[in-house]
Amino acid sequence: MTHDEHKEGIGGMANPTRYGIERVAYWLMRLSGLGLLAYFVAHIYETSNILRGQVGWNEFLELTQTTEGHIFLALVIAMCVFHTVNGVRVMLGHGGVGVGKPARPDYPYDPASQNYRHKIGIYSAILLAAIATMYGLAVMFGE
Amino acid sequence: MAQVSSIAEEQASTLKTITLRIARYNPEHDDSSKFMEFNVSYEKWTTVLEAILDVKKHHDHSVAVRYSCRQATCGSCGMMINGKPKLACFTKISELNSNVITVEPMNNFPIIRDLAVKFERLFDTHQKIKPYLIRDDTELESDAKEFLQSPKELEQYIQFANCIKCGLCNSACPTMATDSSFVGPQALAQAYRYVADSRDKGKDSRLKIIDESHGIWRCHFAGSCSQVCPKGVDPAMGIQFLRGYLLGFRS
Ligand code: HEM
Ligand code: SF4
Ligand code: FES
Repeated sequence: MTHDEHKEGIGGMANPTRYGIERVAYWLMRLSGLGLLAYFVAHIYETSNILRGQVGWNEFLELTQTTEGHIFLALVIAMCVFHTVNGVRVMLGHGGVGVGKPARPDYPYDPASQNYRHKIGIYSAILLAAIATMYGLAVMFGE
Repeated sequence: MAQVSSIAEEQASTLKTITLRIARYNPEHDDSSKFMEFNVSYEKWTTVLEAILDVKKHHDHSVAVRYSCRQATCGSCGMMINGKPKLACFTKISELNSNVITVEPMNNFPIIRDLAVKFERLFDTHQKIKPYLIRDDTELESDAKEFLQSPKELEQYIQFANCIKCGLCNSACPTMATDSSFVGPQALAQAYRYVADSRDKGKDSRLKIIDESHGIWRCHFAGSCSQVCPKGVDPAMGIQFLRGYLLGFRS
């Protein structure tokens, strides 16, 4: 069926290299959304360890005090900040905010919806995620 | 005479060649597609379509390709050119900066043969959004005047009316890549083209058509449609405006 329809498939959907920073943002948004969902489930499971009393809780908490644990939490910070900041941009865009005004198209037809406002939004999301992650790493490894 | 030969020499020395790789596939008897390679000479102005037609003329006339206008107007010649959907007649070999040019049938469209793909679903979804003015009266009645429109009102939709139904947007769209039931950027942009027309009264009925599970909500505003559109339609803009109505950002 897939071959009959000649769909590009998941590989094409997730390939961020061909259509500019907007497609990269689309891809990071999906990855971070799914990553946060996985973290959320793991987080509920982890915090349920409190039911095993203080010893169980502390035992589990020690997992996050390792180098791997720190790196994992740094990744969660990155995903969280990017997903939130870019999420606000996407929600505004979805409402038609900042996507440009219709006009008579003129060659070379730069699409107005792919404008600097949204590009700044995407780069800010990436930059803020990087800063927050570095701050997190500094706090966790600086102990 | 000397002049003529020097012109001929100059032409010979500026004549460059590239390797044109054409995907060959006939669903009736092939299991998978294969590439055939041809050496094609080109000038600064030679288009990819001209190179393919050159191959048909001199090397292999059985290559299947669809084209008509050769000037980015009919929307027939969309294909993947070095991995991106483009119009073959609107893409010069010289602008691709590559010695190898690979042409394949457009993604997300069923293949008829080689480079030609089926457009049935594109035309179906286009028709589904009612691509005509909806209102109770008609300007065809004998004593009625034409519906007037100011240049400002025209500007609200004219860019979307530029669509040539080439399907490049649907081919670049990441949702289309995995969901063949998605209505797609082409049809959504046309829904907005009529909703934004001051003469049209069909906004509510069109919003109803696209407000379904494989409708407008599957758009994630990745914008790839707008980046490949050869006519400046900017489907992503129209789609977000449409969704703005449904979400209450616009009225
Ligand atoms: C204030 C914080 C958040 C904001 C503003 C936000 C915003 C958004 C938006 C706008 C989308 C749609 C993106 C698109 O259309 O491509 C989205 C998708 C998603 N979000 Fe969030 N989100 C937030 C927090 C979270 C959290 C905490 C989780 C996990 C528990 C999460 C999981 C997801 C998932 C799984 C998707 C679907 C991804 C996809 O299919 O592309 N989000 N978010
Ligand atoms: S919106 Fe642009 S890319 Fe899509 S079918 Fe129309 S002209 Fe082609
Ligand atoms: S041949 Fe008509 S658009 Fe290319």
